[in-house]
Amino acid sequence: MKYQSIQEANEAVIQQVLESQPFLLDVVPAKSVIPELNGKVLMHAGPPIKWGNMTDPMQGSCIGATLFEGWADNEDDAKKMLEAGDIKFIPCHSVDAVGPMGGITSANMPVVVVENKVNGKQAYCNLNEGIGAVLRFGAYNSEVINRLKWIKDVLGPALSKALKQIDGGMNVNVLVAKAITMGDEFHQRNIAASALFLKDIVPYLLTADLPEKELQEVTKFLADTDQFFLNIMMATAKVTMDSAATIEEGSIVTALSRNGYEFGIKVSGLGDQWFTAPVNTPDGLYFSGYSAEDANPDMGDSAITETYGVGGMAMIAAPGVTRFVGTGGFNDAIQTSDEMREICIANNPNLSIPTWDFQGACLGIDIRKVVETGITPVINTGIAHKTAGIGQIGAGTVRVPLGCFEKALEALAEKYGVEAD
Amino acid sequence: MLYTVIKKNLYQDSVSLMLLTNHLSSINGVNQIQVMMGTPANKDIFKGSGLYTDELEEANPSDLCIVVNTEDEGTVDQVVEETDNYLSNQSQESQQSSIPVVRTWEMAENKLPTADVALISIAGEHAPAEANKALDRGLNVFMFSDNVSFEDELQLKQRAQEKGLIVMGPDCGTGILDGVPMAFANVVEKGNIGIVGASGTGIQEVSTIIGRNGGGVSQAIGTGGRDLSSEIGAITTIRGLRVLDQDPETDVITYISKPPAPEVREKVAEVFNTLSKPVVAIFMGDKPKEAHGNVHYTWTLEDTALKALELAKKSTTIDFAANEDLAKMKENNKQRYIKGYFCGGTLAHEAAMIVEDAFNLEGETEHTDGMMLHYEGHEVIDLGDDAYTEGRAHPMIDPTLRVEKVKEAAKDPETAVILLDNVIGYGAHEDMAGVFAPVVQEARETAAKDGRAFVAIASVTGTADDPQVYQDQVDKLEAAGVIVTESNAQATKLAVEVVNYLNGEQSTSTSITQNSKADENDKVAELIASKPRVINVGMKSFAEAILEHGGEVVQYQWAPIAGGNKRLAKILEKLK
Repeated sequence: MKYQSIQEANEAVIQQVLESQPFLLDVVPAKSVIPELNGKVLMHAGPPIKWGNMTDPMQGSCIGATLFEGWADNEDDAKKMLEAGDIKFIPCHSVDAVGPMGGITSANMPVVVVENKVNGKQAYCNLNEGIGAVLRFGAYNSEVINRLKWIKDVLGPALSKALKQIDGGMNVNVLVAKAITMGDEFHQRNIAASALFLKDIVPYLLTADLPEKELQEVTKFLADTDQFFLNIMMATAKVTMDSAATIEEGSIVTALSRNGYEFGIKVSGLGDQWFTAPVNTPDGLYFSGYSAEDANPDMGDSAITETYGVGGMAMIAAPGVTRFVGTGGFNDAIQTSDEMREICIANNPNLSIPTWDFQGACLGIDIRKVVETGITPVINTGIAHKTAGIGQIGAGTVRVPLGCFEKALEALAEKYGVEAD
Repeated sequence: MLYTVIKKNLYQDSVSLMLLTNHLSSINGVNQIQVMMGTPANKDIFKGSGLYTDELEEANPSDLCIVVNTEDEGTVDQVVEETDNYLSNQSQESQQSSIPVVRTWEMAENKLPTADVALISIAGEHAPAEANKALDRGLNVFMFSDNVSFEDELQLKQRAQEKGLIVMGPDCGTGILDGVPMAFANVVEKGNIGIVGASGTGIQEVSTIIGRNGGGVSQAIGTGGRDLSSEIGAITTIRGLRVLDQDPETDVITYISKPPAPEVREKVAEVFNTLSKPVVAIFMGDKPKEAHGNVHYTWTLEDTALKALELAKKSTTIDFAANEDLAKMKENNKQRYIKGYFCGGTLAHEAAMIVEDAFNLEGETEHTDGMMLHYEGHEVIDLGDDAYTEGRAHPMIDPTLRVEKVKEAAKDPETAVILLDNVIGYGAHEDMAGVFAPVVQEARETAAKDGRAFVAIASVTGTADDPQVYQDQVDKLEAAGVIVTESNAQATKLAVEVVNYLNGEQSTSTSITQNSKADENDKVAELIASKPRVINVGMKSFAEAILEHGGEVVQYQWAPIAGGNKRLAKILEKLK
């Protein structure tokens, strides 16, 4: 290894994070930037998974995407195609992308393009559909499909036209640094960042030469969608952590993700390999009439935000959502972030958190510290109903299973020739 | 049946409302309930959960919507009332403990960068490794944990010694550091008795007897039961004794031991001889030896406490070397005498007895005219004797005669010390100190004009409940430059010390610095110089006691590395 020690390699890894300059450049059809999507291929969240192991909501999302792409024109046919293996699956993470919840993304869905100006790397994520019955939670009724079509035909192109007017694209770091001081942690809560995004994009939407009806629809949609920025944040975190992974050494986590079946992590010194363990089911608050029994096991690539040090890791940044941590309040949130700091190697000065005495957000989850202490990262998450189509039934937190880190540690020991026997 | 309540323009965030919904669900008679803002997306959720009503149609996104499914309309009122209560009282009860909790050494240091001691109470199997980590970080170690091997104990103590640190324990049940109880310690007043002990309950018994008898403990340093074994060689004991000898708040050192290895006992006894402060030592089970020099041996723990108390009470001393009056007096070799003027006959008698004994004088047996002692320039007079009370009131009531005597003595160039009593209580003068304070003050000024000085020493016989109030009398005398001691005996002994000092003899209470140069590295002295700043590794209750008594503390929620998985722990150790 070209570094003197794992510690030194890890410092190089986080240096990549600190130096990265992510810019939101464009919104484009997924297939235009992800060649793997040509043909009948669907991207999904988490480590690789077979149809038979997908939970109901992810299967529902697949059906919805099949209908959206026009590969089938009814639910039954779509299901048959999927069961028969006519449609291939590929993890978002394998093609420079991420997707929330089911993460199901197909060729013609628009994705945001975030580029790290330091090295030209890009990452992609689909657009947030809002809340209620939405594809990412497994809903696929006509309302859902129609909204996806509107996103493809109206929202995506409108945002593209607006963004292209910004010289060099939109500087995401600036927006994130502002929003974290306004109470966002970027996983459960993105309302400040979404509002800032809207504020920044509106002047360009106005000059994008959009039909008045479309302009109204687009601005209304952005104004209504509190979590719109989540998907931009995810692509940002993805491109940043992928940049960090180029060091190819060390023990820093570069991806956290789950597919409803398995939780998978990637580590800076261990390349593209997933280290997996069965997922946990989130703890949280449920909408009336629902309970933990109805909850789908944990899924989504959105834990890339925690990988980057926000989300549950930065719980204290978002007093507005602190009560998702058990029934506690502000002090529990401090304890959560303090606990997360134990397994990280640094604080990120670009993400100074006022409610944490202006400490920067956690930076660099070290698998050695996780295994040593048994403290696993906490993920802030939405909770899907286990039956496709019902959608979100609550929100809460979930822990990454320790098994992922233990397996990765064994692999790292092998890589560096450390023997324990 | 579904009932709908819409509260116009009452915005609450969704988290609050989810918590509220959970809260309201527990009301008797509520079958199902949902509280949400009236947004289109939320209306869909109402539909999804079978709680949609026509009234919701009208609701705006800024309206709080409650839909409740209940058989009893009365329940709805209760729901509304509970909702109002809940929303107006949302602040969480603060659950913050002021003790930060950490899970790694790194964060412990981060939270308490000034930490100076680790209190370790985890299983003995793991304790030495953590103690070494503490020593690595320059922390002293207080090791409550037991079941630690001899080899580990020796390694830790030697390592600590090299680094100028101390390891108290292992199996150190109790300790007091600058008034802060460590582990199983009692709440004992801060005072001037320092304890080094190999026995936890021994320290507790002695420190509490001291506390109950009005004394106090400066430090209690536990050594662990095996420190006096020949293997360990009293490393912590010796370090503890030396550090207490240097501690400005410790006047008397108490040493509590289990039966030591004979050669180690010798070694410790030699250390006693090098200490500048009086030592009270108990070697449990050994018949006490003769006192030698400053060292007193006792038989029981109670004796130990009481002897320490007795020595500690001799608390009022003079900093002889720094006293300018004494320097001036020393130049005049005639000025070497004590003048004692008493209103209490027995007090005069006691003073005379002490002075005679100190200077090996022939006892005055006649006591003519209240003259209890008269030898060369020394005189101790009982002004309450019949010779002085004819035609005038007793000097406890009428100070006139004593005032005259003090004025005369102050003019006498032979007078080194003026020694007084002040007996208060019902019937006595209402403010004797108030009379003498200006007299002494003026006499000092007069002497100063002649280029002289003298020392005034007094004791007050009385209590806080007496009409004159003990402390008020003390304060008045002290304000006039009178040295006030705890008892008449102490006052007299101090007077003798002054004369001895003037005659060039070394006073027993001055700090003898022989062989007690400050240790090269004084991290232990730093530890006891102020309230401890503790990383508490293990039992949380210890942390609370430390905090309550003014120490700073971080709770290290210790767990075995990798959950006790030895293979992973081994990998972690190597994977750096």
